[in-house]
Parts: sequence; C-alpha cells; structure tokens
Amino acid sequence: MTVEKRGIVIIGGGPAGLAAAISARENGCEDVLLIERDRILGGILNQCIHDGFGLHTFGSSLSGPEYAGRFIDRFQELGINVMEGSIVLSLDENRVLSVSSREGYRVIQAGAVILAMGCRERTRGAISIPGRRPSGIYTAGAAQNLINLENIMVGKRVCILGSGDIGLIMARRMTLEGAHVEAVFELLPYSSGLPRNIQQCLNDFNIPLFLSTTITNIHGKDRLEGISVAQVGQDRCPIPETERYVPCDTLLLSVGLIPENDLSRDTGIELDPKTSGAIVDDAFMTSIPGIFACGNVLHVHDLVDWVSLEAASAGAFAANYVRGIKEGRSSIPVSAGEGIRYTLPQAISGRMDLTLSMRVSAPWRNRTIVIKDGETEIKRKRMVRLHPAEMIRVDLKANDIASCSRLEVSVE
Amino acid sequence: MKKGYDVTIIGGGVVGCAIARELSRYDLFVSLIEKESDVGLGTSSRNSGVIHSGINYKPGTLRAKVDVRGNKLMDKLCRDIKVKMKRIGKITVAKDEKDIPTLYRLKEQGEVNGVPGLKILDQKEMRKIQPGVSGISALYSPSSGIVCPYGLTIGLAENAHDNGVHFHLCQEVSSIETLTDGGFMIRMKSGTRLQTQVLINAAGLFADSICRMAGIEEYRIYPCRGEYYVLDKRLNGTIKTLIYPAPRTDDPGLGIHLTPTVDGNILIGPSAEYIEEHEDYACTAEIMKSLREEGHNLLPDLQMSDFIRNFSGVRPKLTPPEVGGNSDFVIEDRRDINGFINLAGIESPGLTSAPAIAEMVLSMVGDHLPLRPNVHFSPDRKGSPFFFSELPEEEKKQLISENPNYGEIICRCEKITKQEILDAINNPLGARTFVSIKYRARSGMGRCQGGFCMPRITKILRDEFGLSPEEFILRSRTSPLFVGKVREGDQK
Repeated sequence: MTVEKRGIVIIGGGPAGLAAAISARENGCEDVLLIERDRILGGILNQCIHDGFGLHTFGSSLSGPEYAGRFIDRFQELGINVMEGSIVLSLDENRVLSVSSREGYRVIQAGAVILAMGCRERTRGAISIPGRRPSGIYTAGAAQNLINLENIMVGKRVCILGSGDIGLIMARRMTLEGAHVEAVFELLPYSSGLPRNIQQCLNDFNIPLFLSTTITNIHGKDRLEGISVAQVGQDRCPIPETERYVPCDTLLLSVGLIPENDLSRDTGIELDPKTSGAIVDDAFMTSIPGIFACGNVLHVHDLVDWVSLEAASAGAFAANYVRGIKEGRSSIPVSAGEGIRYTLPQAISGRMDLTLSMRVSAPWRNRTIVIKDGETEIKRKRMVRLHPAEMIRVDLKANDIASCSRLEVSVE
Repeated sequence: MKKGYDVTIIGGGVVGCAIARELSRYDLFVSLIEKESDVGLGTSSRNSGVIHSGINYKPGTLRAKVDVRGNKLMDKLCRDIKVKMKRIGKITVAKDEKDIPTLYRLKEQGEVNGVPGLKILDQKEMRKIQPGVSGISALYSPSSGIVCPYGLTIGLAENAHDNGVHFHLCQEVSSIETLTDGGFMIRMKSGTRLQTQVLINAAGLFADSICRMAGIEEYRIYPCRGEYYVLDKRLNGTIKTLIYPAPRTDDPGLGIHLTPTVDGNILIGPSAEYIEEHEDYACTAEIMKSLREEGHNLLPDLQMSDFIRNFSGVRPKLTPPEVGGNSDFVIEDRRDINGFINLAGIESPGLTSAPAIAEMVLSMVGDHLPLRPNVHFSPDRKGSPFFFSELPEEEKKQLISENPNYGEIICRCEKITKQEILDAINNPLGARTFVSIKYRARSGMGRCQGGFCMPRITKILRDEFGLSPEEFILRSRTSPLFVGKVREGDQK
C-alpha cells in the first residue's frame, strides 16, 4: 500500500485541532494536515448554540459555532489541508496512520502527530444505574446534538442526573423548547458545573438542584415512566428512607466527560489514570516521541479558551519538532499534592516558561495554591474561590524552575 | 392457494427460528409468529452466549441429548448462516479438595453423554490454558465454546426467510382454536387470524400461556432472572477459555462466571433470582454490586471504567423457587391435541440445543405432514454479514473504492461503517428498530453506548428512509425514542 508523507497530522477538527493546526502553520510548518471525522469542522462547538465562549480570547461572549467560526476562518485563510468525513483507524508508534473516508483508505506517515480527539460522555453503564432499560435515557450531549442539529425533541418531562455543564445547559435548553425540567440531581455535595451556569441555567428558570442525591431505580418497561431518587450519605450510598419517585419521560445524564483516548491506548501511549489523558511534558509531547496531545483529549477543560491556548502551544512545539528542534526529555516530575486532583504537564524540562493546569479535589474559599521543590517554595497563588469544576492555571517562569529537581503542587 | 399454513411456530427465539429454518428444508408452507418487533429479543439475546459441551446434564435426559447433538451441529451451522462462534473450551474449576469428586462425576457424566475430549487437569495444566486462575484442579471440555446469541437467532431467522418462511412480527397471539376438521385457528391481538395444520409452541417465557390457550394446563413457567455486566474490550484476551466454578447442587444456574464474547467483550454473570413478571429485565443495585465485586475478584486488572453496560435475561424455568435446580426440557408431540407440538422449559442449554431441538421437532412434524425436500433450499444465508473492521487492510481499501459507504464510520467505538448500518436497516425481516440495527451491526455496543452513533443513525433513518422522529423506536412500538420535531417548518 502506498504511504503518503506529511509534516504534521492533527487528529480532530474541534477547537483543539483547529488552534493546533493554525499555530503549527504560523510557526513555520508548511505541511499541516487536519483529519476530522465529521463532514464539517468545529467539533462539539457546532452543537453548542448557547453563548459564553471566547470571553478570555476575544473579549466577547460568542456562541459555539461563532467561536469555532473565527478559528475556521483563520484556518482557511492559511490554506491548511483538511480531510473531512475521515476517521483515523490506527496510529502506530512510528506515526503511521491509517485513515478511512468515503474517498478511500489512506496510509500516512507523519513527521509529527497532534492528538486532538476531544472527549466523550460517561454513560449509564459506566455509572451502573440500576433499574429497567426503557427508551428516553440520553447523555446530555446526545440530546443536545439531536435538538440543536437534527431538530428532534427527545422528551417533554425531564430529569437530569449530574450537574456537569452540558446537563445545566440542557436544562435551560429543554425548558426554552417547552419541556418541563423537574430537577437536576447531583451525587456530590457540590455542583460539578460552573457557578455561572448554575445561575443562568437553573436559578433563572426555577429549576431545583438537589445535591447529595442520586438515582436508585429506573421505571418503565418501554418508555421511561419515572425514576426513584434518594439522598446519599457521606459514603455516597443512598439512604433508603429518603427514596422518592419522580415521574418523567426523559432522563439526561451529565455525569462526566472522558478524554477519548481509545486510539492513544492502542498506539501504546502512556496514559495518566487521573486525567484519563496522555502523560505529557511541557512541550505537550506524549510518551511516544513526535506525538503530541492537547485539548480535552489530554484533560477535560472547563473553558474552550484554555483549550485553544493549550492547543496553540502544542502546535508550536510540534512545528519545532518537525524542524528538528527537539526539546529533550523533561526530567522534572510534577506531582499533585494535598487538595489537588491532578496537575499537567506531568513532567517539565525547566528550560522554558510554562503554564501548569490543575484541578482541586474539593471546593474551598480563601486558600493558596503552593508550588514547591522539596521544601523550597517556588510560587504561591492566592485564590478567593477554588472549585473542582474550574480549571486553575498557574504560570511559571523558566528562571524560577531552572534548578528544580521535582515539583509538587498543593492547596494550603 | 392452500388453506392456511402447514406449520406455524409461535415464538421467534433461537429455538423457534432454528425450527423455522429446519422446516424450510422441506416443501412446507411455514410461518412464525413473534410478538416483538424482531426475533431474538427475549431470552435468546439475553444470555452468556455459551455453547455448552453437555457435561452438566443427567444422562438419558433430553437436555443431555439435544445439547450434545446441538454442540456438534454448531460449526457448520454458523459457517452457513455466517454467525460468529469460537470453540474456546471450558475449565470447570475445583476451588478446593471438596470440589474434586464433582469434577470426576461431571467427567463421567459427560462421557456417558458423548462429550468428546474431557480431561482432568492439574493446577499447572489448568494455568497453562488460563494463566493465574485460582483453584487446584479443573475439568477441561474442549468442545465448549461461544457464539453470538442474537446473531445466531437472527441468522437462523433470516436464512429461514430466504427459504420461504413467513415471519409475522409484532403479532401477539390472543387465542388458539382447535378446528374440528384438523388444524388450528390462531387469533392475534391485532385482530389478524391465521390458520395452520401443525402448531409449534416455542414461546419460551410464555410457553405456559400458549399451552393454556390450547387447553393444556399442566405447565407453569417460573421466570428466573440473571443479571450481567458487559466489560470493555480493553480486557479482550485476558480470558482465554470459559471458566466455571464446580457447580454446587443448590444453584439454579451454573454460577457467576466470566464469559468472553465472540466480539471481544467479557460478561460477568449471571445471577439467579426468581421474579414475578416474565419480562422484568431490570438490573438491581444489590446484584450489580455483587457482580462488580465478583468481577474484581476474578479479574485483578479490572477498572471501574471497564464496566460499560448491564443487562438481564430471564430463564423460563419449570421448577418453582421452592424446588430450585432444573428440570428436563419438554419437547412433545401432544397426543391429546393432534398437531400441537409443545416445547416448554427450554432454558440453558437452549441456545446450544436449538439446532438439535429443531431436528427433533422436524421428525415430529413428519408424523403429521409429508416431508418432501424443498428443492430451492439454500443453507447459506443471503447477503454478506461480515464485520468490516475485522478485514485485512487491503480488503478494506478495495471495498471502500467499490463502495464509499464502507469508508464512512458511523459507530466510532466498534468502527461500524455506513454500509453495515444500511444493511442492518434493510434486513430481510423488515425489523427497523434501534435494537434491530444494533443486534445486526453492533452499533452502539461499544464504550460510548451509542452516544456518538445514535444521532447519526437517526439522521440516516430520517434522510434516507424517510422516517419522522415519532417513528423512531428503541425496540417496540411502545418504546418511542423521540416526541417529535423541536420546531415545525424546516426541511428536516
């Protein structure tokens, strides 16, 4: 089979892939190819017709398609190559990809690969909800796709499990389209969505949010008829005497996002069990040289603005890589200490400025993020509010970390 | 035109469909009635998919006879009707010394039943077959295997259809009248009537209701549910053979175990609990928890993210809860009701036994009707139901260049192409539900559980088959997926 040679191949044409492609091109790589499985670019942003995108990047509140549109315009201006309606079936450690599309089956040898496949939703099966299996149960994102892109209404009387952002957005969306949203139920004692979405999508529409509550049973032989919900104790197990029945014909699940690393796993890329994404260094390079990762396939972001920034950075490093500028292995490990769920990158070189991304493990007020090398404090950042739903970014200067041997991030 | 059908089968499970296919070898006018929107939606699709060797059944019973015979027929059958099966063998494991006599008893029993190749393995030999398995010894039965249970049922049905059997889907029988000049008049809930000379009861969980309609009062089916977990394909290859604990006499099933599927998933289950309602396919918190614990015990590498789905199936048992255990299959040509062939209590190993039960039933039909060969019969299932993702690279390339629909992936987890989805939608039985498509093409069976492909299949059904949103159903007319359009007035 003939093998095509390409410079940088980017897998995924959502916000991460677009920003990575633009940056790779702007940083001097002439041969950038983006592979997108859908017929159009933009990824999940195409179905996110609500606003709130781009506040940091563009200083205005754009809808998903508008935000994507700005990147697509630039992408096209630069004349970057794209294969739409194409899916990568395999990628090996020598950066050989097999790609399938209606136009044919192709094998491509890439100088560098940027993984930008995004994430997918957790399902009912993944969280083991007991009960029957009637129709009317959807992940929030699938419902969003059907309603916003296909003009198909999924139900009339809706319950939502999980207070992830898509669930909150869909509570408002369903209400605006005439459905009655009974309530949002969240297992944790705090919301897993952004505070602004709680206000704008639930409070403004009088939709109740029940924290520390979960579904204990699903009723309905054919179409969903109702759910049983119960409060959970500190062990997150249902308290039987609090169980109650809520009639509904539709259940939307917004119970978490998982970086879509099936391809990465098959390639043999080392994954971090905490992020479910690749382990990367400060050049966003994975455990396999020449393969980079960015965006939600690396770790789930809260705002698309951060996805674009991270991807632009990964694109620049990939451009350097194909030019022969190798950053060298990063040998300074970065670990998550007290109060931190994860930090990224997992290892740094100490030779360049970088931004550490992290999430905390519980909500707090008036705490400090502290970065230490052993007992030596490198940086501290005072935070009025810390929330697991919000990603925290801390900038580090090369000067500060040049002589470090290991870094630990914690909340004090 | 003849007066009605020669033979009518009630029930489109694996047994009913195997009978339909067997009868289609002969010049008979055959129909099959199924209350659901597709074949194989009951017990036949909701089980471990195991081809049993026959070591577990008492010599001289029908179960022993049809299981061993069915096992032998399976290779050719699956080749003909293009169904995935694998002879991966089975080890029945003795946990401690107490189980050793059971292994020898099973070996002897199996040998009497005619099961080939049985061997007692010591721990070392056992671990050569399945590394790391705990236990001291095992009985190895090489003829055990796995098959795609819904694939088998669908394959039998579609091949029977190819050979002229009429399938009446979504038709629930409401009464059976024995006609004075021979034969039966069957009335459906829909108002449709159907006349037949010979009537075969293969109604599974509802075999007792059908019996009662025909005036047979002696059977009662006790539904006994088994719950399962489906594990991610990430663990494909960790289970190399079927692993069962040495059975304990009080267990109504064969014990909770791990079963690899032909597609590379692993099943944990089944539990065994008697229930009230015949089709209560719920999963319960307590059993799910115990299955998860059992899974972690048996598979140390198991992670929480490996659990991708739950399901349950229901065994049509003839033994009430207070008795427990199993009773023999009922396969009888009723002398009291001329032309009524009755099957009841076909629980495990019904899947393995189905082709042999079909042979038995055929000979019973032969006592009522002349069996002249159907000269048009073809044992090969029409069409080419293969899995594109499993083809070699060159073949994929060739197929895409011939038909671009093979280049378009609709189900990303299972890498199912648009052509495979179209073939599934265009199935010869005319079943057009999401479950029908899923059981034929595997769409939605992966780790995202249809989150990605469901909207895409919806789009295909609307744009290429002209369905409106209200017509999209999960598995029956009473399980609609959608309530309508969001807004009127656009083209969609």
